[in-house]
Amino acid sequence: MTQEYIISLKNLCKSYNTKENLTVEALKDINLDVKENDFICIVGPSGCGKSTMLRIIAGLETATEGKIIYEGRELQKPTKDIGMVFQDYSLLPWRTVLDNIALGLEFKGVSKNKRLDIASRYLELIDMTRFGKAYPYELSGGMQQRVAIARALANDPHVLLMDEPFGALDAHTRILLQKELLRIWERNKKTIMFVTHSVDESVYLADKVIVMSRNPGEIKEIINIDMERPRDRGDIKYATMTSKILKMLEVS
Amino acid sequence: MSKAIRNTITSFIVPILFIFTWAIFATKLNNPMILPQINQVLNNFVHATDDFIGLGSIPRNIIVSLIRVLLGYCVGVIIALPLGIFMGYKESISNLFSKFINTLRPVPALSWVPLVLAWFGLASLATFFGVPYGPKQVFFDNFKFAMIFIIGMGTFFPVVSGAAFGVKNVPKTLIESAKVLGASNRDIFFKILIPAAGPNIINGLRGGLGSAWGCLVAAEMLPGSLSGLGYLITHAYELARTDLVVTGIICIGVVGALLDYIFVVVEKRRFSWLGR
Repeated sequence: MTQEYIISLKNLCKSYNTKENLTVEALKDINLDVKENDFICIVGPSGCGKSTMLRIIAGLETATEGKIIYEGRELQKPTKDIGMVFQDYSLLPWRTVLDNIALGLEFKGVSKNKRLDIASRYLELIDMTRFGKAYPYELSGGMQQRVAIARALANDPHVLLMDEPFGALDAHTRILLQKELLRIWERNKKTIMFVTHSVDESVYLADKVIVMSRNPGEIKEIINIDMERPRDRGDIKYATMTSKILKMLEVS
Repeated sequence: MSKAIRNTITSFIVPILFIFTWAIFATKLNNPMILPQINQVLNNFVHATDDFIGLGSIPRNIIVSLIRVLLGYCVGVIIALPLGIFMGYKESISNLFSKFINTLRPVPALSWVPLVLAWFGLASLATFFGVPYGPKQVFFDNFKFAMIFIIGMGTFFPVVSGAAFGVKNVPKTLIESAKVLGASNRDIFFKILIPAAGPNIINGLRGGLGSAWGCLVAAEMLPGSLSGLGYLITHAYELARTDLVVTGIICIGVVGALLDYIFVVVEKRRFSWLGR
């Protein structure tokens, strides 16, 4: 049997009780199929459960109901095949850039020489060879996030989950990193699931945009973005697409 | 002038002013019972190796006190450090101990003396190891369990709090990002939690050492004590030798500050990544 999809979410539900004993449905009946090497963006208002969805796929939270099928098998616990990049970079401040990138390899038990070798290659990929011995506090936010991306990629995951990775960056750095992410993705194909609250970001990056609504957190619409990369923000098609998605979000 | 030199000069201003004020008051009062003259105290340091009021030389007393503090400190740290780390790591362990510890924390070490004496009596390292009577026995008899207990008590609280706070407050995303990268629980404990909590743990250890010194005088007031800086001070007080009291105070302060400086160096070397 050939696997058409690398990840499928089947009737995924997540609810929890607040302190006032109200039940919040963070996710309700999420069904989503993701093809290998697709770049998926998930947009939605805050509280629509988009981050929760990623966290469940990463194995950091458990679903109340439903399941995740990964490469034909039900996903039960965190797997090294699925990497994640967080909004706050979460680099280990006491390690140099190179040792941070090598972290996942260290957990895997790769020998020191080999993992530094691999880490150096990813350092090159993010164009930061000069900074291998620097500590995170010496880097700007944009550079820290590039290191975090390299760290996730060095583990060679099949799927890369990105939870608002550029949310804390200034507009200029953000655009640079979007370009860079696409460049890396084109050289080093992965399935990417990218959560953002920026509609522009999603239209710029994704093959498919998943639009979500809140209370309960549901998938409202899945939109294919059939535009050549690199995309031109001045293009009329780009603008139409952006305003279409923005309208959907307004109604929700 | 370089910044380092300026900082050094600045740090000497207050001590020099203090010594001046002391000198003026000591001369005006002219009563060594209330305030000894500076030269009397200096004289004690010049003749540091003399036998003072039958208690031996100043270096000898410093060494006895230092060993006592370090023994008590080690005992305190050996218990407090793992306990604190596990309290920070597991909420259930924290729930089990934290109320109990918080109730004992405000109790001054000195108030344990009557009980501690009843428990340990005059037992010392010499009695424990059965050292035969002689100069060796006199030396080892200085290290009484009662004192070690009191100093260990003083060490315990800052160390346990520092470790528990440090481990508990490790940013959650550091742990989560390690999990996603495939870290085992063991990896998370040794490669994330402990190094991330390092600065707070060291802070606790530093506070614990300060507190251990603070308990020294109390510990050395215990019966059976025949030497040490704390005892030197109490005995000098009984003989109205305030110059010796001040000498003892200066020794405790300087040795304590030097020990504290070890932590300053460790922090500079190991925690440069904090970027301060």
